[in-house]
Parts: sequence; structure tokens; C-alpha cells
Amino acid sequence: MIAVEDKTKATDELIAGLKEFREEVIRKYPGKVGKKRAKGIMVNDPESPPVIQANVRTIPGIITQRGCTYAGCKGVVLGPTRDIVNITHGPIGCGFYSWLTRRNQTKPPTEDDANFIPYCFSTDMQDSNIVFGGEEKLKQAIREAYELFHPKAIAVFSTCPVGLIGDDVHRVARQMTEEIGGGINIFGFSCEGYRGVSQSAGHHIANNGLFKNLIGRDDEVRGSLKYRVNLLGEYNIGGDAFELERVFEKCGIHLISTFSGNSTIQGFENAHTADLNMVMCHRSINYVAEMMETAFGIPWIKVQPLGANSTAKMLRKIAQYFDEKELTDRVEAVIAEELVAVKTACEKARQKTVEKLAMLFVGGSRAHHYQDLFEELGMTTIAAGYEFGHRDDYEGRRVIPTIQIDADSRNIEEITVSKDETRYRPRKTDEELKLLEAGGMEFNGYEGLMRQMRQGTLVIDDLSHYEMEKLIERYHPDVFCAGIKEKFCVQKMGIPLKQLHNYDAGGPYAGFKGAINFYRDIEMMVGCSIWKEVKAPWESEDYIEAQFVY
Amino acid sequence: MLLRHTTAKETARQALTINPAKTCQPVGAMYAALGIHGCLPHSHGSQGCCSYHRSALTRHFKEPVMASTSSFSEGSSVFGGSSNLVTAIDTIFTVYEPDVIAVHTTCLSETIGDDLTQIVSKAREDGKIPEGKTVIYCNTPSYVGTHITGYANQLSSFIKFFSTATLKKKNVVNLVAGWMEPSDMREIKRIASVMEARTILFPDMSGVLDAPLTGKYKMYPDGGTTIQEMIATGDSRFTIGLGAYTTEDACVKLENKCKIKFEVVEIPIGLKATDRFVTSLSRHANVPVPDELTEERGRLIDLIADNAKYLYGKRVALFGDPDTLIPLTEFLLTLDMKPVYIVTGTPGKHFDESMKEMLGKAVPEAKFHSGERADMFQLHQWIKQEPVDLLIGNSYGKYIARDEQIPFVRMGFPIVDRPGHNFFPSVGYTGATNIVIKILDAFLDHYDRNCPEEKMEFQM
Repeated sequence: MIAVEDKTKATDELIAGLKEFREEVIRKYPGKVGKKRAKGIMVNDPESPPVIQANVRTIPGIITQRGCTYAGCKGVVLGPTRDIVNITHGPIGCGFYSWLTRRNQTKPPTEDDANFIPYCFSTDMQDSNIVFGGEEKLKQAIREAYELFHPKAIAVFSTCPVGLIGDDVHRVARQMTEEIGGGINIFGFSCEGYRGVSQSAGHHIANNGLFKNLIGRDDEVRGSLKYRVNLLGEYNIGGDAFELERVFEKCGIHLISTFSGNSTIQGFENAHTADLNMVMCHRSINYVAEMMETAFGIPWIKVQPLGANSTAKMLRKIAQYFDEKELTDRVEAVIAEELVAVKTACEKARQKTVEKLAMLFVGGSRAHHYQDLFEELGMTTIAAGYEFGHRDDYEGRRVIPTIQIDADSRNIEEITVSKDETRYRPRKTDEELKLLEAGGMEFNGYEGLMRQMRQGTLVIDDLSHYEMEKLIERYHPDVFCAGIKEKFCVQKMGIPLKQLHNYDAGGPYAGFKGAINFYRDIEMMVGCSIWKEVKAPWESEDYIEAQFVY
Repeated sequence: MLLRHTTAKETARQALTINPAKTCQPVGAMYAALGIHGCLPHSHGSQGCCSYHRSALTRHFKEPVMASTSSFSEGSSVFGGSSNLVTAIDTIFTVYEPDVIAVHTTCLSETIGDDLTQIVSKAREDGKIPEGKTVIYCNTPSYVGTHITGYANQLSSFIKFFSTATLKKKNVVNLVAGWMEPSDMREIKRIASVMEARTILFPDMSGVLDAPLTGKYKMYPDGGTTIQEMIATGDSRFTIGLGAYTTEDACVKLENKCKIKFEVVEIPIGLKATDRFVTSLSRHANVPVPDELTEERGRLIDLIADNAKYLYGKRVALFGDPDTLIPLTEFLLTLDMKPVYIVTGTPGKHFDESMKEMLGKAVPEAKFHSGERADMFQLHQWIKQEPVDLLIGNSYGKYIARDEQIPFVRMGFPIVDRPGHNFFPSVGYTGATNIVIKILDAFLDHYDRNCPEEKMEFQM
């Protein structure tokens, strides 16, 4: 295993200064705004995580990293599936901006398999549609999409004006399913941008739609009856899913479906035939895991296959769950084999990365997961936070009952799921589950980010541009992790930024080979020589102007 | 194949747009606002719009793109976004301290009918706009026109809020920049400076979206048309608009407001469009064309003459924005190439008429389409019906180029997979030289990669 050592004294001092930073920043805001922001900027205590304000509205005017509900639904969760025709119902922009911008890779097995990912479909609403309604145009668009492509499924995504003018995408979907016939599956999402406070609302809406319209429609058990798992909350950015698929296959673990990296309709429809759900991005997909457990009796565990140690840990958890020597032995053999190259790469990178500082402000899971990779590199995360996380992603799922449901969360449809009469099948007896828990396995649990971060570090929810600028000015981290909107501001300050949404065209970063890629990329970033050349020679203080004397 | 579902068989579509050759108004308004020094664009709508537009612009320019949002919730969508915008104005001036906030609407705030004039005056009455600071605004409903329309609307708001005529006219020519790269704006300024013409260029994204890396981040970079300059446009002698779709409305508004005559020419892409721009500037700034420019022109002619055999008769498909496509099509004709397929998602008669005029006799087989459903899917279908030798357009073109094995030149917005557009202009004689070289590189690289071994040539 790769050693994860203790941090140095220098970082302790840095961490002590963070509290001061918090107060300084809050003072800058107008009164009410400052008070509100104060609740989202916490000094961490891993033993007893402080209550952090999360998943609440961003104050208008604050430059936020956040996007909208549509982005979470169409862009994140449904976007990576290759054989659904995803039609954006709205003016052209929303469809355009979510067209190929998330690097969801996909690999259809043959040239004849459907792949709509390189396409953008939109009803391109015009002012007449806003005035007289857009349902007829949507119907016609669905007809035309069917005529041109004959897909198995068509999904319709609502943008802001759709909800306001009262177009009913669900009714249109039902009518068109009937009109086209032949078993086509057409369904709509009420994912108008304004519905929630961030992308997170869109994830929830997408989860509900997946459960209502896709999961459980195909009972055929295909392939091996053993070690059947689903991977939830993995979106195949930069090929992460490909690497995890490789690792599972090598271990003999049968991956039924991924939600939704490199996914297909059949994977979703068949997912309920698996025996274990693994949740990777807790924020975006935990609802599906919960619903599948209630309906079909599939237990779920949290996994975090970013970092070689963490990937090994995930594989061991799977082996522990299925509890068969054949699998345990194979998993151990794979881990041992994979770690050889990992160790070499890690050691090489660590010559440049040890004791360096990182900050991570991204997503609803990534700001947590990637800390494992930084730990393996001997780097300390001194500040982190999510763009659209909830309190449970920070403080752990145990706080869920205490989270106040506000008006914005109430807007999102909660679907009631009950035990499936015929297909509910507990995968383990209560006794077996207890035994597994006694052996250290945690079901339906997530510890959250705060438990892992050091005492005194900063945890900031929905980081604003102003806070980011101040953090960097004050602490000069060696690597700052965020997204495209932040990338070039941070780099103008002379600090390399690693994009953890799209990996700067790199990746995969998941699994073992992914860890190697990440080590190499971070080594490159902290070792990249151009940052030392930012000042021209004549701008340095010891530059002496001189002239020849004749 | 990446676009494996696209076939040559065209069916009439009435509702479905596939692979658009356009995007929505607000991103254009945001881009234009960045060309005013000290200005923070503000998106009055839900957060996603602002996030998407900032991301789209950032990916293209590889530069910080700062903008704020009214962060609409379901409540604001029902009760109106007034309080969101007033709060936003307060927050922005306190925390981010711009000189100007340029508010633009979105389909959300337009559908609910927010009245910006009223909301901004309320913010003023409430004392949320500090002394010496300005809030300007424009309407950019995403369901009307395209990003090009949004850009044009933002320019018109600059005229409305800034341009002021005093009694003293100055011997200055306003240059209204259509949608072009910061590198193009640099080149336009260089040409004006070589001609010793006194000009005010607006908007001006050079120095804003191609800023140096210095270790110091400036939220409001050094570039951009200053507010003083913008006000002074009202005292100029003449206005030249570069690109009808993006600048004509601003030119008309400036004439109405400050009685300044104007001429709209094409964005100077290619030989003839540059000739017309230089002639116009020479006439209206009352300066001769210096030998330096005539020499640049001569070097361009030399390059074209030397390489005519690679260009003559080649069939080209292009997509993008009308103000770029019109002069580019003209330039391809100058190169004796055949622009056979041209699409833009931006609607407008001017495009159709210009194309008819240019291509009617020269390339009678040419097809062109603008507006709704004039998309890249249709363009690809045409290419499948009868192939082309070259494709020119934004980065989305590379999927067609790869599937069809066509040499591909990137021009337009967005270009997110190659650098270069920020450094090498497309306008002026220098820009035309860059375009010709890009086309030749694409052709010759393609040949070297794909020709039979015995046909590999050392010298070309």
C-alpha cells in the first residue's frame, strides 16, 4: 500500500490562520449577505463536524460556480447515456451549451449500435411558441426524431420558459408514446432551470425519472449469476468508467449497469437484477440507490474509487459483501498486481508533490473523493467545499433527519416507492447484514467530507469568486481544483488549476490506471516550469540597469 | 462513425433542430459587455444561463470571463425578479466593485415580463447604485434571434446609455466591432493606427480576453473601451459598422441620438472586404492609405498567386455567423474556390440576398440556408449527398470532418479544441494571409497523410 503520512508543522500554521481568513472575508459583504455567507464558511472539526449551511439559494449578484436544474438533469445524469434521443424543449441555448461539453465518453460495441451523444436535439422555441404554447412543436419534433432515427427511447427536458407557459411535457410524452407505438419509451423531465438552488435539484428530478421510466423494465438475467453489481454516480468523464469496467472485469465482478457513464437503456432497465449497488457520487444518485433498495431489496454501499488505496478498498468491500473465497482471492491478486505500477508512479510523483498544499472546490462529491488522491501524493488539503452539496455530503448521512426542508426543496417532486410485490428479494438476511456490519461494512451510509479533513481546515459551501480570490491571495496553494469558470482566474494569479469536472482533457482518474494518470498530471502541474517565468528579468528587484561607458 | 445516424436522405423538418449553427441571445450580450472597461455583465435569470455562458466563453477564449447572475428561484419566477436584481446590484457594487453593470435578460425574465427600466430605477431610488457608477441594460430574450442578436442588442444599449453629443464634434471615426476575436480587434486598431486615423473602437475585447499572465489577477483587465471613450462616440464625425447583423442597429441608434452619419461594411475578412474597409476608413477619417498597407495587400496577393493551384475549384462547406460567412464566402470566391454549402442559424434576409448575389452566377450549384433548422445536420446531409474538399466552421465541425475525411479549418465560435484564434487575426490583409495559410496547411497535411506512397512529394 502507499503510505499516507502525517502532515508537516508548516501546514499546521497555515491552518491556524484560516479562522482569521473567514472573519476577514465575511466583513466584505453587505450586512445580511455576510451573515448568510458566515453560515457556509466553517472551520472544520473532524471529531464533531460543525453544522454547515448548504443547498440554499445563492445570494443574487454573488459570482457563483453553480449552474441550474436543467444542467443537473440533462447535462449530468441523463447526458452520458448513448442510445436515448435527448430533446431539449426550449430556446436553443440550453441544448447548445449541454452539447458535448461534459466529456462523457461512450463506447458502442459495434458500428451498428446507437450513439446519439455527438448530437444536440432541440425544439428551438421561438417567440410564437412562448405566446401560443410549445406543445405542438414538441410533438412534431418527437415525430421527426422518431422518423429520422428510430430510437428505443426519447427523453424531453424542460427549460425555464416551458414551466412558465404551462407546456406539459409529461402529457406530450404519454400522447406520443401512444401515437408512435411499437414499444417506444418517451418520457419527460420537469427540470426547468429555476426549480432548485443548483444542479442538485436536477439530479433528484433525473433520479425520479430514471426510476419511474427505465429501472425495472427488463427482468431478463443476463450473464453470470455471481457478483452482480451496479455502479451509481459515475459519469465516464475522461474514461473513468472504462477503467473501472476493466478493473471489475479483471476481478470477475459483473457490472450490470453504470448510472450513467458509458450507459445504455438496457443497463438501466436491467439494473434491478444486480445484488449490490455501489454509490460513487452520493450527491447526484443516492435517491436511485434508496429507491432500488426499497423496491427491490438491493443494499447499497458508498464507494470512492479515486485513489489507488480507495479503489482497493472498494474492491475489498465488494469481496467482503459477496463473501466467497474465489472472489476474495482474485480481488487480492488484482490489487497486488495493479499496485506495482501504481507504487512506482506514486513514488516518482511524490518527489515533487510531498508537503504541497491543495484546495478543492468542486461538485457534490469530487471535492471529497480527490482528497484521497492528494493524500497518496503526500499533499494536504487545507480548504475544500462543494458547489452543490447538501449537509449530508459534508457532515455525513446521519444528519439527514435534522435537515430543514425549505421552499426550494419542497418544489422537487418526491416519489413514493414501495416494495415491488413480485420482484422484491432481500439480497442478504438480517443476520448476514449484521455480521457484515460487525466486520466493518457500512450500508446506506456516508461519512461526509468533514470527517476526513483535518482539524482547523476550512470548509466552504458554494464558494464565491471573491472568497476564491482571497483564499489564493492569502495561501498560495500549490494546486487549486475547481472548474472551467475558475480555471483562468486562478492561473492568472500564477497558481495551476486542475479542473475536476473535465480533467483538463486528461483522465481517466478513477481506478488504478486513473490514479497513475492523476499522479503524473499533478506532478506535471506542480513541477511545470513556466510558472517560474512569470516575471520578466527586468521586473525583479535585483535587476541592474547599466550602460556602456566610453 | 461519430455521427452515425446522419444519412444523405433529407426529410422536411418543421420542429426539430439538430446540431445547431447558433446559440442564444444572452451569451452575445455577455461577450459584448466584456468589451467595456470595468464592466461586469449581469445575467438576469436563473443561474444556469450565466454558468453556461461563462463556460462557453471561457472554453473559447481560455481566459477569465466574469459575470454575475440574479439567481432566480421558483419564487422569483412567479413573483418577478425585481428584488433579485436590486439585491444583485447592491451585492455586486459592494463586493466586486465594477464601474458598470451591464444587465441582460434571459428567456426566463422575459417570459415573466420583468421591466428592467423600472427595476433599475428602483435600485437607484433605494441608493443601491453608488455615485459615479452606472447600470445599463438590454433585452435579450433567448427565443428571438440568436447570440448574434444579443450581441447587437448589447451594442445598442451602449449607445443608449453612453453616447453623448456635445457641441464640439471631433475628427474621430467610430468603429463598431461586430462579433470578432480580440486578435481581430487588435488588428483593426493596428490598421487604423498605421493609417494614422483617429478612431474609437467599441466594443474592444483585446486586453480583456487575451490578457497576459502576470501573476496578478485583475477582475477588470486593462483592455476594453473606456466609458469616456464610449461617451465621446457621440462627438465623432462618422461611424463605420463592421458587420450588418451585429452593428447596424447600433449605427442607426447613434445616428438618431447624436446625428452621426454611418456606413456599414462587412467585417474585413478577405481581400475585397478589407479593401472596402480601408477605403471607407481612408475616406471618412480623411487620411491616405499608407504604403505599408498596400505592401501588406501585395504580400497577400503574392501568397494567393503562388498557391492558386491548390485552391482553384475546391468545394467548400461552411457554417457559422452571417457577418463572418458573407465576407468569408466572398474571399473563397476571390481564391477561385467554390463555396457550395453555407448555413447559419441566424435568421435574416441580408444573408440570403448576399449569398444569392455572390453565388448565383459564380457557383450556381451552391446551397445556402439561414434561420430556424439551418443546422449542421442539414449541412452534413448535403455533404453526404455530394462531398466537399474543405469544411470551415467552429469546433463542432470536427465530427463531420472526421467522419467524412475532409480537411477542416476552424473559424467562428466556439473554438474549444485548438489555441490560435486568440493570437492570429482573421481580419485585414494579415488576417486574410492567416486564413489562406490555414486552408493550405489543412489541404497539404491531408494530402501528405493520405496520398499513396509513390505520390509523396518532398516539395510542394
